Amino acid sequence: MSSLLDTYAQVVGRDVIEQLYQVADSLSGLRVVHVNSTRLGGGVAEILEKLVPLTRELGIDTRWEVISGTPEFYRCTKSFHDALQGVAVSVDPGLLRVFEDTNAVNAEQLGPILRDADVVFIHDPQPAPLLKLFPDRKGRWIWRCHIDIHRPYRPVWRYLRDFISLYDASIFSLPSFAQPLPHVQYIIPPSIDPLAQKNVDLPDHEIVAALERFAIDRDRPIVLQVSRFDRFKDPVGVIHGYRLAKTFVPALQLVLAGGSATDDPDGEVVLAEVRQLAEGDPDLHVLHLPPDAHRTINALQRAADVVVQKSLREGFGLTVTEAMWKGKPVIGGDTGGIRLQVVDYHTGFLVSTPEGAALRMRYLLRDRAKRSEMGQKARDFVRDNFLITRHLRDYLTLILGLTHGAEDRIELS
Amino acid sequence: MVMAQAGPVPFVVKDCALLTIATGKRAQNLKELREQLVSIHLGCVYYHFWGGLLHPRFEAREYNNDFATWANRSIHDKTLAERLSVVDPTAFGSLGDLRQEVIEVIEERLDEREVLAWAQPDQQFEFIRSQIVVFQTGQQLILPEDLASRISQLSLGSLFYHFIDARGRNDSRKDDFSSWLASFGEAYAVMTELLGSVEPYFTSLSELRNELADRFQECLCEVTCE
Repeated sequence: MSSLLDTYAQVVGRDVIEQLYQVADSLSGLRVVHVNSTRLGGGVAEILEKLVPLTRELGIDTRWEVISGTPEFYRCTKSFHDALQGVAVSVDPGLLRVFEDTNAVNAEQLGPILRDADVVFIHDPQPAPLLKLFPDRKGRWIWRCHIDIHRPYRPVWRYLRDFISLYDASIFSLPSFAQPLPHVQYIIPPSIDPLAQKNVDLPDHEIVAALERFAIDRDRPIVLQVSRFDRFKDPVGVIHGYRLAKTFVPALQLVLAGGSATDDPDGEVVLAEVRQLAEGDPDLHVLHLPPDAHRTINALQRAADVVVQKSLREGFGLTVTEAMWKGKPVIGGDTGGIRLQVVDYHTGFLVSTPEGAALRMRYLLRDRAKRSEMGQKARDFVRDNFLITRHLRDYLTLILGLTHGAEDRIELS
Repeated sequence: MVMAQAGPVPFVVKDCALLTIATGKRAQNLKELREQLVSIHLGCVYYHFWGGLLHPRFEAREYNNDFATWANRSIHDKTLAERLSVVDPTAFGSLGDLRQEVIEVIEERLDEREVLAWAQPDQQFEFIRSQIVVFQTGQQLILPEDLASRISQLSLGSLFYHFIDARGRNDSRKDDFSSWLASFGEAYAVMTELLGSVEPYFTSLSELRNELADRFQECLCEVTCE
């Protein structure tokens, strides 16, 4: 019978899966629990949806628990999320009480599971107070931060730090996100799932159908940016770059595809601005897609000749990873995690201005062979570094590291 | 009394994974880099000389350690970068000695320069250390020919452990393959010599694996043709 791991072996290679078994072998008998605040939607749930069954297949007893709360609780944690990304938000003390009370209620429900677990991963700030509610905990507790926290809004971070500093370790996506904390801070970059709807291979007819639906001409060059309509993603700069490039490549089409902005008032303003700029240009397609349009995004990424992610600020930029996995060279903003992925003249280009983006669009669009060569390198780079199997190996290795204390070198027999 | 002659022992193939650990310590100029280096965890010295080699890259590494790369890219001090790049990590008996050498080079440069160059806030030197987890693969190589035929299938972690990490781990400062081949005596001396001439610092691990596989094939051809 074909297992999930066998399916991944076809994508990443048998040796990668063998390595997972070897590391997991030393962890048999351990009970691992992941806790986050949603089972559906969002990057964390997407990762856990695959990470948990894969860990189980390796023979490690692994559970995924989800805490629940009232709308007030989520309003509070949304403020935390914004504050950790640097937005100056004040959180009402009443909401903080809701935050702590909600965690207390969840702690009662999760009692024995968390108390007896050998390793507990707490994802993001929502369940962070749980640790304090288990003074008799048995295992190691790790706080996993998925947020760009390199310049947090200090008052909110100070409040959360009181909970987080009690953990045995924390995990951040990039070294620049690390904070002064009294425990070891591991760096584990995020990953994509090659078998998710967003990334799985698509039949050609599905790609053609997606283009037809939005009246995009497949026979002319397509440049695509997939992102929320957010000023940090600089959609206006992308349009500026496209217009500069279009004077040299008249057939050029630009597609800006983004998710729903209904819960983000500023997002609606940006979307309106982008739509206004696009008015009267039949080659500029602004697509406002529902959050579950994974296969549509996948089709657009596969149809594009060049993918742009001209962010002014970016935590990691998983849309960059997704495009690279589909063999596309990426023109990325010279910031944050994009720098880890886009390597000039190898997997794409880093740019700082719309003019730079235009220059690179022209360069890439004139040379199909170069696009193809860079796209292949981009795909290989993602396969080696940013797939969920690497993420899983890092988690397993981290558990080994933690259980062996502060030693620099751990030799497993 | 006739003593039994012990032959070379099989080569036990191991694999490793490197856990990256942020220290939270950063430097924005050369003076800060020097100050941090004095007290930084020695694991950082290991990571910034060796650990980067386990990280994938496309471009040929211009310099053989992260300190030199940062000096060039972030504070645009090419002179310092060049001086740091000739620091050979295998020439020092301990990581503490290696750290001292880096500090000496930096201090010399600090004496020469009147103005401190500052890196952009997002281009600071981030001190990182690592924890290396080494595990058994269950594979063994009996003869040098096995190494030649199987090296292209070794994981990059195995290659890192035996060919890179070994230079810091072994007192001889030699890679594991060379030490093992030496136990076969003169028969494989050419192979050992060629291994020693492979420069590991300026290429990716997968390219290094290809290069070693090609060289081993050439050597074996020479050995068997003789």
